[in-house]
Amino acid sequence: MGGFAPIILASPYTLMVTVGAFLIGFAIAIPLMFMRRSKFVPFRLVAQGFIDIARGIPPIVWLFFIYFGLPGIGILLDPLEAAIIGLGIISAGYLAEIFRGGLVAVPKGQFEASHALGLGSWTMFAKVIAPQALRAMLPGLATYFIGLVKDSSIASVIGVTEMVFAASTYARRSPEGILLFFIAAVVYMALSIPMGLAARGMEARMRKAGAR
Amino acid sequence: MTNIFQFWANIFPKLFDGLIVSLELTALSLLIGLPLGLLLALGVSSQFKPLSWLSIALVEIGRGAPALVVLYVVYFGLPALHWSPTAFLCAVIGLTYTTAAYAGEYLRGGLRSVNAGTIEAGQALALTNVDVLRFVIIPQGLRVAIPSLMGLAIQIFQATSLTYSITVSELTANAYSISNQTFRALETFALAGLMYAAITIPASWVTRQVERRMSLGQ
Repeated sequence: MGGFAPIILASPYTLMVTVGAFLIGFAIAIPLMFMRRSKFVPFRLVAQGFIDIARGIPPIVWLFFIYFGLPGIGILLDPLEAAIIGLGIISAGYLAEIFRGGLVAVPKGQFEASHALGLGSWTMFAKVIAPQALRAMLPGLATYFIGLVKDSSIASVIGVTEMVFAASTYARRSPEGILLFFIAAVVYMALSIPMGLAARGMEARMRKAGAR
Repeated sequence: MTNIFQFWANIFPKLFDGLIVSLELTALSLLIGLPLGLLLALGVSSQFKPLSWLSIALVEIGRGAPALVVLYVVYFGLPALHWSPTAFLCAVIGLTYTTAAYAGEYLRGGLRSVNAGTIEAGQALALTNVDVLRFVIIPQGLRVAIPSLMGLAIQIFQATSLTYSITVSELTANAYSISNQTFRALETFALAGLMYAAITIPASWVTRQVERRMSLGQ
């Protein structure tokens, strides 16, 4: 019995998919959130459409569409790239909504006070609004990231050699392979429980910093 | 080369058959999983420690392990215990467990939000503990949990696509086999995606309305 080795060796791929998708999602979600709040209606409709489609289609269908479908129009991606882009698009949809929720949580008076102080819109956003919004959306971000660690297992269906791919390869070969799924499950929980605790700690610290 | 709408019209019936299977899986998982979730929620808040620990473990494992891993464990694990149910039944078992674990967490939150005063009022009226649970705590707790349970239903509907990997012929699996036969993956998965979205987008819209209406009532 190979024990932990195949799972541990595959875990960097789990992290790569998760972190890659989160970063892509974060980068797309910022302009998406501004478009969603824009006064220009077509921007708002496009952003809302993107968010709904990104979140409304199951991840596995996104990955198949990108990995098997896009080569039809000349875009060839390897499994890892396809998984990161696919989960990145979905993350963008969810993160844009989390960002919006964070902004809504900032009291209107903060915007008015910034205007009254004659701050430019960039300064207002960077120095006044963003720090407060970040505090409000931290729990949402942490929960989403932890969920994404688990969703990265879906990358196995297009052949990314992450933990579930390794486990299912062994499980098909021998009956004891089932144990590898238990090991994988333990690793997922070992990843998500400390992350949850860290997020809660970070939240408490930011709340204290905010109260000062 | 037929045009895309002609192609979509050709493959629609098979995808639609798959969609029906996806909906059946969703309905069965919710029908069995939600009552189990309520039992787990009650178990977590039980005074009897071993029951409470067991319930917490079941909820945390079900939420901590990816749904895909749960499905694989059922699919590869049950035959090792000398029981080989069909792939469809394995999918129902796996998704039911995931549903129950999440529902357990949401319902626990709902039950905890019930105002202590109403519970005391029930006791003051000499209701038995079971009656306080049945007529006071559960109806109010359920109500609070409704929006998150609706969100869960949408998540479970999306999660039925994972059962493709344990060979259930649902929407994603049918799309996969069509794309293998026709070599038109782009159009096939686009239609499959739109079919999922045609259900999830209106459903999440309804969920948002319910959420808004309930928050107005408070």
